[in-house]
Amino acid sequence: MHAIAHLATLTPLAVAAALQAEPATAEAASGVLGQQIVTGLSNGMIIALIAIGYTMVYGIIELINFAHGDLCTLGAFFALMLVGALGMEAWSGVAGMAGVVLLLAGAAAFCALFNWSIDRVVYRPLRSAPKLTLLVSAIGCSFVLVNLALFWGGLPMEVFGGGVAAAAPKDFPAMVPDSSLLPDAWDSWVSAEAFLRSSPSWNDPSVWWLTWAPRVALAVLVKSRELNFTTSDLLVWCVTLPLMVALTGLVRCTRLGKAMRAVAQNPTAASLMGIDVDRVIGAAFLIGGALGGFASVIYALYNNTISFQMGYRTGMDAFTAAVLGGIGSMPGAVVGGLLIGVARAISDGYIEARWTNSVVFAILIATLVFRPSGLLGAKLRDKV
Amino acid sequence: MSAEPLLRVHGLCAGYGPVDVLHDVALEVRQGEIVSLIGANGAGKSSTLRCISRILAARSGSLRFAGRDLLAMPAHDVVAAGLAHVPEGRRIFPRLTVLENLEMGAYRRGDAAAIARDLHHVRELFPILRDRERQQGGTLSGGEQQMLAIGRAMMSEPRLLMMDEPSMGIAPILVTRIFDAVKRLRDQGMTILLVEQNARAALRLSDRAYVMETGRITLSGTGAELLQDRRVQEAYLGD
Ligand SMILES: Nc1ncnc2c1ncn2[C@@H]1O[C@H](COP(=O)(O)OP(=O)(O)O)[C@@H](O)[C@H]1O
Ligand SMILES: [Mg+2]
Repeated sequence: MHAIAHLATLTPLAVAAALQAEPATAEAASGVLGQQIVTGLSNGMIIALIAIGYTMVYGIIELINFAHGDLCTLGAFFALMLVGALGMEAWSGVAGMAGVVLLLAGAAAFCALFNWSIDRVVYRPLRSAPKLTLLVSAIGCSFVLVNLALFWGGLPMEVFGGGVAAAAPKDFPAMVPDSSLLPDAWDSWVSAEAFLRSSPSWNDPSVWWLTWAPRVALAVLVKSRELNFTTSDLLVWCVTLPLMVALTGLVRCTRLGKAMRAVAQNPTAASLMGIDVDRVIGAAFLIGGALGGFASVIYALYNNTISFQMGYRTGMDAFTAAVLGGIGSMPGAVVGGLLIGVARAISDGYIEARWTNSVVFAILIATLVFRPSGLLGAKLRDKV
Repeated sequence: MSAEPLLRVHGLCAGYGPVDVLHDVALEVRQGEIVSLIGANGAGKSSTLRCISRILAARSGSLRFAGRDLLAMPAHDVVAAGLAHVPEGRRIFPRLTVLENLEMGAYRRGDAAAIARDLHHVRELFPILRDRERQQGGTLSGGEQQMLAIGRAMMSEPRLLMMDEPSMGIAPILVTRIFDAVKRLRDQGMTILLVEQNARAALRLSDRAYVMETGRITLSGTGAELLQDRRVQEAYLGD
């Protein structure tokens, strides 16, 4: 008993010590790691938003909607066109903020309607067709959308580079200034640490249970001084988190949300309840499309460049995230998105950027082989 | 007897893909009656109910309910017209809670007070559902799921309740409880169209009944008449 208690004393001290280890290389590396995680989480949030679009549609009609990533490309092109049409590059301050809101709303509406129309025109006539037919149509839609983006990118418009090289990446103006949000005020934490170190109980192992929590907290806070958390990161979090909370509320509590879950679980029974199944499926495409639209704008603002292929690549990440989290599960899409975002950032930082897509594919394959239902996939199988 | 029956099926033909399974089916259910449809496995009883609630397309014939043409409305409007269907195999929503399943039954209604009254009624009919209200539907036993399916249908405030084999695959004690519930609903004045494998129990409960063989109605009469009928006794009552 006593020995175990003594070991327990050491553990938090060891954690705190490890976090405060001073060697220069370890210092630099852990600083980079922290930064990779911040960037990874921000990109992961964007991936998660797109992954929700995949998982919602899969959950309701068992279709991997391969066109979803490319829909986001079109959303970003639409936003860039708005920027050019309204001359938003010049907007700053409050006008810039209003511009961001306008872009978000515009792209969300555009993608929602576009996605709804794809369902109405392509998928709805195939409701009773074999699932493979539906899947092949989705791949076909993906090709159509990619080429639409390529065509759009080649239009003789100033924002798209005046019609040269349709395939070239387009600059997306930084509507939000990319300034760091962690000011030197963290220095006050260093003084706090010095103050604590000077108190007698700090170095007394017999009161470890009093000091280990502040030790770890302090160590983490001091470390975070090296992080660069910018206004762009803040924008990503401020857009994605409320959307996820709102969506969860919608699915869990509203009449439409319950109808969506009912249709997903048994469309025939849902129809017997008086639910217009096609309309509910249409609503899922509308909502998934809107989320894709939001994602496309924050992607563009966070990365400051868009191309006709961005949706294909990000779509692959988002699809992997949806599978990793458990396709059909919304919390799974969020968890999967964050994990993929962080995995990408770590691979970029510690392996090499050119291997990152392979890392994502490896995660996809490993998930499909070892845990096809994903991390949070449906645990309860339908009885009938 | 001149009043139009609540449900009138006439000349109904239907099938799956190239196969025809219903041939010129005709039946009626009058207000306040309990009518059963009996027949061997595969005779077409479930297909008949599916046509009536429009989840299986009719190839020809007419379906009239409460003065309206069912074939002129989409499937999701049938329940709003007052016709509820407890499908074969229950088809509850396994990952919605018991309470949410019941709420789905009232999906097309807006009258909160009346919905609350009907929920109270369902809880009285099947007290076990009240205890399980927060559980997911899929965690219930087969018999409890059947009660939930019936309760869910009752939540639509139906004028006609169609039940497809409510006793199928259920523990014997629960079968008794479900038949008791059917009797109570009958005594409360509910109009019921019942499909049952358990022909004896169904005929005892029914005002009238139809016998179906390979997609055709071959016999009909009151429950008592059919219980005495030699052909019915030999084929369905195991005497
Ligand atoms: N989904 C289906 N696809 C093809 N054939 C079906 C389907 N459902 C039922 N059948 C066929 O239709 C006939 C009638 O079936 P059903 O209406 O279920 O009979 P019952 O309910 O009387 O047992 C049977 O021959 C059955 O094989
Ligand atoms: Mg049947």
